[in-house]
Amino acid sequence: MNIDLTETNAGAVASALVRARRSAGSPAMGMVLTLVVVTDEAGRYDAMKTASSVSAEHPSRVLGVIRRAARGPARLDASIKIGNNVSGEAVLLRTSGELVHHAESIVLPLLLPDSPVVVWWPQHAPDDLAADPLGSLAQRRISDSAAVGRGRRGALIAQARHYAPGNTDLAWTRLTPWRALLAAALDQHPVKITGAAVVAERANPSADLMAAWLQVCLGVDVERRASRGPGITDVRLQTRHGDIAVSRPSGRSATFTIPGEADRPVALKRREVDELLAEELRRLDEDNVFATMMRCVAAWSNGRGNGSATKRAKPVRTPEKKEKKKKASNKARS
Amino acid sequence: MSVRLIVPADLNPLRDPQDRRLPRIAGPCSIVIFGVTGDLSRKKLMPAVYDLANRGLLPPGFSLVGFARRDWAHQDFAQIVHDAVKEHARTPFREEVWGQLSEGFRFVPGDFSDDDAFENLRRTIDELDEVRGTGGNHAFYLSIPPRFFPDVIGQLKQHELAEAEGEAWRRVVVEKPFGHDLTSARELNDVISQVFPPEAVFRIDHYLGKETVQNILAFRFANSMFEPVWNANYVDHVQITMAEDIGIGGRAGYYDGIGAARDVIQNHLLQLMALIAMEDPISFDAKSLRSEKQKVLAAVALPEDLGRHTARGQYAAGWAGGVKVGGYLDEKDISSTSKTETYAAIRLEVGTRRWGGVPFYLRTGKRLGRRVTEVAVQFKRAPHLPFTHTQTEDLGHNALVMRIQPDEGTTMRFGAKVPGTAMEIRDVNMDFAYGGAFVESSPEAYERLILDVLLGDPPLFPQHEEVELSWQILDPIMEYWAQQGQPEAYPSGTWGPQSAWDMLVRDGRTWRRP
Repeated sequence: MNIDLTETNAGAVASALVRARRSAGSPAMGMVLTLVVVTDEAGRYDAMKTASSVSAEHPSRVLGVIRRAARGPARLDASIKIGNNVSGEAVLLRTSGELVHHAESIVLPLLLPDSPVVVWWPQHAPDDLAADPLGSLAQRRISDSAAVGRGRRGALIAQARHYAPGNTDLAWTRLTPWRALLAAALDQHPVKITGAAVVAERANPSADLMAAWLQVCLGVDVERRASRGPGITDVRLQTRHGDIAVSRPSGRSATFTIPGEADRPVALKRREVDELLAEELRRLDEDNVFATMMRCVAAWSNGRGNGSATKRAKPVRTPEKKEKKKKASNKARS
Repeated sequence: MSVRLIVPADLNPLRDPQDRRLPRIAGPCSIVIFGVTGDLSRKKLMPAVYDLANRGLLPPGFSLVGFARRDWAHQDFAQIVHDAVKEHARTPFREEVWGQLSEGFRFVPGDFSDDDAFENLRRTIDELDEVRGTGGNHAFYLSIPPRFFPDVIGQLKQHELAEAEGEAWRRVVVEKPFGHDLTSARELNDVISQVFPPEAVFRIDHYLGKETVQNILAFRFANSMFEPVWNANYVDHVQITMAEDIGIGGRAGYYDGIGAARDVIQNHLLQLMALIAMEDPISFDAKSLRSEKQKVLAAVALPEDLGRHTARGQYAAGWAGGVKVGGYLDEKDISSTSKTETYAAIRLEVGTRRWGGVPFYLRTGKRLGRRVTEVAVQFKRAPHLPFTHTQTEDLGHNALVMRIQPDEGTTMRFGAKVPGTAMEIRDVNMDFAYGGAFVESSPEAYERLILDVLLGDPPLFPQHEEVELSWQILDPIMEYWAQQGQPEAYPSGTWGPQSAWDMLVRDGRTWRRP
């Protein structure tokens, strides 16, 4: 069922939602969370489609917030979608005029009672997610630094500098299968790792996070090399007996190498955004490991200064050195 | 600020206990399936293996060995698995996952008494260790009738397949039925335990792998609002039902002589009852869970007069769901004088302080009204009602129903005022649909259980003591029934024989219509 409301307000949208549920014959609400999607007209279709497909796994009220021109009188147009083979509800809220700066005032009354709130920025996210008026309503804030057109690493560094508990980035989610494989490799071969290397296409935030993860967990320097992608193409852990490696030149299937054993193919497909989002929504508490990664990325960027974010990948230094430098420079400043 | 995760020294540095995104992937290993041509293997095991691979939970190099009396090459076997996966797998078919998995398929043709075949199996396994890096870790899945167990287990021992060197493991997986009475269960256990130590034996009761069964534990022990009423002060009685709408189908050979009670009550229903009735385990590891379940099973008391408090039936011809169907005795390969019951209902009590005086009614049957498995906890009526009798005429007992399948979820049933001027109270349902609240499109029970076997994680597998205890409960009833005549006939498509209804009426209760 589709309902369009023009020049409306949050109260009217809320009662339209209740009416729509009633007339669908099932007044009970099985929804478990509110998912706020901050997007624009160009990205709206894909973003809402992704959100609805995730809604099949996590039945949710999806609120799509579109900011239109800030000129002219404040105005809200809403279109509600219920049913149509989608579990949960989807509402598209188009704001214009002064209202574009106060979208949280519409979203707040439409949040499901007592249930978690998640805000997702499919493309451009504000630097400080937690301070954003919409972001502050949520306990989970999802950005995607790989989805911004330019300055991806800049986007990741901005997230790192303003990290707050509850923030997460899909560049990190993309790594889970890689990390699972590498961890499985060390389960099977508990050997000392003496070094590591990450090869990826340039300006890939996931590669930065992978390097940070390896460095933090293993306490070794991580070499960075550029390739033509897609995404990460190779991760190697150096051991006394040779390299443990996962390489995926094609973006689909990968080769898993362990010293002294035959190479094995493993499936390691690049995942679609709906799978990533679904993984994010499975856990809504703070991701402590990601928090550590963000501290690590922030430390690197501080050491390098602001402008180096998009520079060619090069060996990263240990954060301890960074810390010292940072302290030194702080001292110098103060 | 030091950027370092806290990981105990003996652990994998890439595994941080706080990192809950990382799935537990089984270590390098293989599964050897005996009876790989059977229904279970094609419909459940092979698809579950694929689904696990698709979810990235199997180790690189995982291998699957089929053993059966067929003249197949490895490729033919791969084709069979391929078809089974395409038809029955839960997750979408992905060529790259399949490619990775199918490289580890091997087939060993042969008989269970064929020494050459087991020698061949041993060579195959050695080759897998070499080429695929399975590291000497192998699970033997006996998807075969129990009468072949001694042969297979003996062969495994004889060909030194049952023992692994060093850290490597060998495990054996068996399916129900775990015997057909206490004596046979013990014999079966003797056969297995001569070769495999108890911790290497995994008895699969696929019910325990179901998400909704595990949710019983979450429901009971993670919440505070149910515990205070979860006892004889508030609970009137508990009904546990597993109903099927189908007949025995092609399982005549297995079913005749076994019957509903041995097929379902001994394992599934008694396990469900144990989960509902047990005290809090001190932790969720296998040992604590098991000891609480065993306490409940050991405390079960049978009714003194088995004739009045048990019932059994056999389906007769009738109309079931709009289809005209024949009776049990008309089924193919069933003798026209068979006394096997297709419906069984029993009343049990649990002799503990928590449950003293609360009857647990267990029933199961084939060709019943619809397919449903549920646990219904019926509460006592309020001791005093400030309403007149006419106002509460439609008010029944409050009830809490856990639906195990299908339409998994929980229903609470309580009284509410009917809108209008007069005070009139009627029962209403409040529904929680499990599948609606989170759908990681729930993994199949077999996925969970196979993964647990490979990880060596035993909480969901009943141990031999539990099996023995449940036979001790059921054996007297089976003996009593064996002395009686023909089970009472009930028309297909109904909710069982009259004697089952009478059995509850004697206690002043009725069966729920699930």
